[in-house]
Amino acid sequence: MYRYDEFDERFVRERVAQFRDQVARRLDGSLTEEEFKPLRLRNGVYLQLHAYMLRIAVPYGTLSGRQLRQLALIAERYDRGYGHFTTRQNIQFNWPKLRDVPAILDLLADVEMHCIQTSGNCIRNVTADHFAGVAADEVEDPRPTAELIRQWSTNHPEFCYLPRKFKVAVTGAEEDRAAIGVHDVGLRLLRHPETGALGYRVLVGGGLGRTPIVGKVVREFLPKAELLAYLEAVMRVYNAEGRRDNKYKARVKILVHELGEEEFARRVEAEFAQLDGPSINADPEEVARIAAYFAPPAYESLPARSARLEAAKATNPALAGFVTTNVFPHRVPGYAAVTVSLKLIGGAPGDATAEQMRAVADLAERYSFDELRVSHHQNLVLPHVRQDDLPAVFAALAAAGLATANVGLVTDIIACPGLDYCALATARSIPIAQSVAERFRDPVRQQEIGPLNIKISGCINACGHHHVGHIGILGLEKNGIENYQITLGGDASEKTALGERLGPGIAAEEVPEAIERLVEVYLAARGAGESFIDTTRRIGLEPFKAAFQSFARKEVQDAAA
Amino acid sequence: MPLLDRHGWRDDPFERLENGLVAAAGSVLVPWAVVAEALASRRPGQALGVEVANDLDPAALRPQLAGLDLVSIVFPSYADGRGFSLARRLRRLGFERRLRARGPLIADQLADALACGFDEIELDEASAGRQPIEQWLRAAEAFTANYQRGYATTESILERRRARRNAPDRETAGAF
Repeated sequence: MYRYDEFDERFVRERVAQFRDQVARRLDGSLTEEEFKPLRLRNGVYLQLHAYMLRIAVPYGTLSGRQLRQLALIAERYDRGYGHFTTRQNIQFNWPKLRDVPAILDLLADVEMHCIQTSGNCIRNVTADHFAGVAADEVEDPRPTAELIRQWSTNHPEFCYLPRKFKVAVTGAEEDRAAIGVHDVGLRLLRHPETGALGYRVLVGGGLGRTPIVGKVVREFLPKAELLAYLEAVMRVYNAEGRRDNKYKARVKILVHELGEEEFARRVEAEFAQLDGPSINADPEEVARIAAYFAPPAYESLPARSARLEAAKATNPALAGFVTTNVFPHRVPGYAAVTVSLKLIGGAPGDATAEQMRAVADLAERYSFDELRVSHHQNLVLPHVRQDDLPAVFAALAAAGLATANVGLVTDIIACPGLDYCALATARSIPIAQSVAERFRDPVRQQEIGPLNIKISGCINACGHHHVGHIGILGLEKNGIENYQITLGGDASEKTALGERLGPGIAAEEVPEAIERLVEVYLAARGAGESFIDTTRRIGLEPFKAAFQSFARKEVQDAAA
Repeated sequence: MPLLDRHGWRDDPFERLENGLVAAAGSVLVPWAVVAEALASRRPGQALGVEVANDLDPAALRPQLAGLDLVSIVFPSYADGRGFSLARRLRRLGFERRLRARGPLIADQLADALACGFDEIELDEASAGRQPIEQWLRAAEAFTANYQRGYATTESILERRRARRNAPDRETAGAF
């Protein structure tokens, strides 16, 4: 894991002092509320429906046990005993007092954490594949790149007053677990097909929200050493030319769309050509310095299959089920990555209590080289567990109420906070997730249905990524009543696709039954071993549309009767 | 209007004119629309500045730059950062004279403005009245160093790390 050096440490402390000073200037009237708002947002402080919300950066989703314990402490001391992990690998607290924020920032700085640029019209927290350093299909760990970008984008003198927010995601793997196609900039580490040199494929202009668009490749291969100069060129073109007349058209995706991807790429290349790369890019020693922190831990030499695990699975079906759903293969023989589901049936997706955080921190310290990850699916990951230890890890998770075996299944639902917390929301999200999870709670049935991603947003801004859910649910408000639109066929993987609407919106209480009907269509049509999304691709939307619309029509008739 | 730079408030030697007829004897600042006229009618030795919108194409300004003593870039609001990128591009084109940011900026932006190549900020009376000069000077010192290379302020953190790496006494490299 990256550790702060004296420069990082001083920077974060100075940032805390700066925010204290900004709060003082707001209180003494030097800054108007309108002037203060972007400053507090750039420090992760939102005004929500009931209270302030504080969003803490978890750079590329990597945490140590000590950091998670500190988050648990903050949850207990300054919140209501829990926190919420987000779809951008961050954590947010929903109930802090504004006057406590500087003290929380001090506690975060003590463990090399901060809230810098977790909101506002600036470059946000950089996200990465949550199986970085674990997955076998990776050409290079994306986290050194993400850390380099984190530092470069922090307090950038030119790019903190952008037309709109700007999100960057990095993956080093063939399978895209970082959703790079729906980010403002998506980077994919790859090897040049002829020279074998490492570089990046650069996508620009992806995003969800009101206008979902898949990012366009503006550079097929960017040499690795030239990353920062190229990003400077992208940002300068966007800062100068992105629309500022309408906040809903201000993301870079609209600029790319309006200019066309060739013209956008041409302008970036023209700007890039004028830059003096060697005076902008990090030198190789700096890149190596950062990379050294992400060197693989001291793995033991182990057999590929653990006899102890196999024996335990044979006598413990619950463990066997958990291993099937929540354990991801590790590139190192004898190890595995364990996903700790924060999608308890009946719980709020992504929420964890202080006790649960401490339980996971204990496991990370004892069994996973003191490292854990936050996934953009709002789960936690123990990335480096010996297979021999899986029975013990499972038992400890079960004791903490964290052994829900549903990763990637129908109840592993992504949901934004929705109308229960958010000032922007038009409908509730969490209760919808709960009612769908309740409907499909039977673990045998979940296994039978197989991989199925449901994503729920409580408004058109799409924080719950509904556009890229295999089934997407968008909560709107119609004549004072919550109304849910259902989309089908979205995909956040390397086959990025946006879902299509199946028909008219339906009432909250009808959502579980509607999902049931879609699942029935799939189960009746699927081929051997064919997943929900693959069946959708093969048979098309029509059978699902027909089933959905006959259901929706009947509901309308019943309501009218 | 109040003018400040990294040292504090300062007098503005430029008189703002609305047209290009350079009637005044001293330094004048004219709108972009009349810059050609002003350049043609200025007296020998008379300092001339031009005020431009933040969406001006720097290429349009390029032929005039050599004759200008000041370019003032308008910030319509402090949240509109286009002026920072325009300043960077003008400096890259070789403009070395005075560069001014004009608009309702806030104290925290003095450091950003200086880093992007500005020399000074011209505020309206209301912004200046609320934000004492001490706030600007304090905010400009908020960070000992920043991460970005190639910006015109103190040595970046990356340069400092390099200097530390190359220091003869590696024992002092510490703090890991």
